[in-house]
Amino acid sequence: MVRGMAKYLVNLPAVTGRRLVIALPLIWLAVFFFLPLIETLQVSFTSARRGIPPYEPLWGIGDDGFFTNFTTGNYALLLQYWSDYFGPAFNSIKLAFFSTLVCLIFAYPMSWWIARSNEKWRTILLVLVMLPFWTSSLLRIYALIGLLNPNGFINAAGLWLGLIDAPIQMMQTDFSIYMGMVLTYLPLMILPLYAVMVRLDADLLDAAADLGGSGMQIFRTIILPLTLPGIIAGSLLVFIPAVGEFVIPALLGGPDQLMMGKVLWTEFFRNRDWPVASAIAMLLLAILTVPIIYARYQDGRDTVAEMPNPKRAEAG
Amino acid sequence: MGRMNGLVLSLGALGFGILYLPIIIMIIFSFNAGKLVSVWSGASLKWYAGLLENDQLLSAFGTSLLIALWAATIATIFGICIAVAFVRFGNFRSRLALSAIASAPLVMPEIVTGLSMLLLFISMESLFGWPSGRGVDTIIIAHATFGMCFAAVVIQARLRDFDMAIEEAAADLGATQPFIFLSITLPVIAPAVVAAWLLAFTLSFDDLVIASFVSGPGSSTLPIVIFSKVRLGVTPEINALATVMIVVVAVAVIGASWAIRRRLSGRDQNQ
Repeated sequence: MVRGMAKYLVNLPAVTGRRLVIALPLIWLAVFFFLPLIETLQVSFTSARRGIPPYEPLWGIGDDGFFTNFTTGNYALLLQYWSDYFGPAFNSIKLAFFSTLVCLIFAYPMSWWIARSNEKWRTILLVLVMLPFWTSSLLRIYALIGLLNPNGFINAAGLWLGLIDAPIQMMQTDFSIYMGMVLTYLPLMILPLYAVMVRLDADLLDAAADLGGSGMQIFRTIILPLTLPGIIAGSLLVFIPAVGEFVIPALLGGPDQLMMGKVLWTEFFRNRDWPVASAIAMLLLAILTVPIIYARYQDGRDTVAEMPNPKRAEAG
Repeated sequence: MGRMNGLVLSLGALGFGILYLPIIIMIIFSFNAGKLVSVWSGASLKWYAGLLENDQLLSAFGTSLLIALWAATIATIFGICIAVAFVRFGNFRSRLALSAIASAPLVMPEIVTGLSMLLLFISMESLFGWPSGRGVDTIIIAHATFGMCFAAVVIQARLRDFDMAIEEAAADLGATQPFIFLSITLPVIAPAVVAAWLLAFTLSFDDLVIASFVSGPGSSTLPIVIFSKVRLGVTPEINALATVMIVVVAVAVIGASWAIRRRLSGRDQNQ
């Protein structure tokens, strides 16, 4: 049978084959990616009810003909309880922004170090950067909890060494969120930075130094402008998922580290208010629209290959 | 620039430290007889032994494995289609649509993808009666959907470097397009296909958020079980489980990069 199928495939007219290759993924993604977003938009405009599913259909044809349950109540609710919903939204943006900055501060020297190493060390360091990426981020966050807990490793070591008198509260603070973000997203920042730095011509730097440029001057006038595309790409790769992050605020954050992902999760799983959860999802998408579109049209390139991808380096 | 190099090295070393310190401490304390990740109370393998007897974790592991195998396979097949369409088909009519819809999942927050997939599955069920309830099949569909976009990126990169002349020569000699693809293109891009499959597998195996939305009773994946355990506090068995998983991944990644390096240096010597 396999042979018959192969024969059929080989003799398929070229045009039909081409159409199939395009249509299969297009239809799949339209049904399982695009339609769901439309459905979420619809649910965000209907009201909750007791039952399965826990929301009214937005429209339909009943005994009395066409009916609709259209309401803007969910969005009105978000506005009414401004501090409960927009507060976490601003908090998400703030935490994501500073996480991106912290990642950049560490990733920039790390990438420079990797790019300027000899070939053997470069491979080793790159594998060291990629390795955490292939392991579960959930487990790495869990490992971080063991480190930061009041009775965790850092506090125990600090007490033992006499550096501190009482355990420091590190969990459920902005600090633990930033640590989690750096742990999770640092490789995403390093890879695009490394990609631009490894192409940077060392002769340029030597020439600038020979002409008497100071370290700071060389950095400002040569290195920074030439690595800017890597900075932008890496920052977008960190910022976009960080805004919608759920696991990090859920496991490392406290009540003061509310982020949109966690609020959506609570509305959905605990309050079972699916329409409000859908409205929050739409708000999150609205916030991310600008950076997402910017990422896509950064240089007017239109294919997915142009998206800087964390794991592409591995594929080589 | 000596001063700057010192700063670069110390910040860089600190960065690697942040990446690895939690993992190393966790691995060490997975052999701790006590429950705490701070007080060493003697070496013990009891958490590893406990792992083997924990049916909940073992069955979740099996579920995750099954889902990841299927999701990665579907994702890779569709990923090949997307990559071939972009690199080989020039400017076809739906190019812009496919490009937008194949890159959006890469940047979509997981929590939005998860919620919207669930809403779709529910309305599909009420319209067509399928999928009846949520379970392994709905998780596979969800994981395959975002997996194929990542797979496409990996395969596309390789396909772009591919020497078209070989394909053109085969076409001149009368080979049909599908035949050329199966006998020439596919073997050449095989390493990228394997990498794409592994990437889709990892993404599926690690996913917590999307699976939480589209899973049903009896289809708890490993991350779902781990998450619910971690929420209740530190459980030393998770230390053991994490150590096992990290060691397996580390051996695989280091082995793979060593093999690639060897192959590359072998190729250089032949030239």
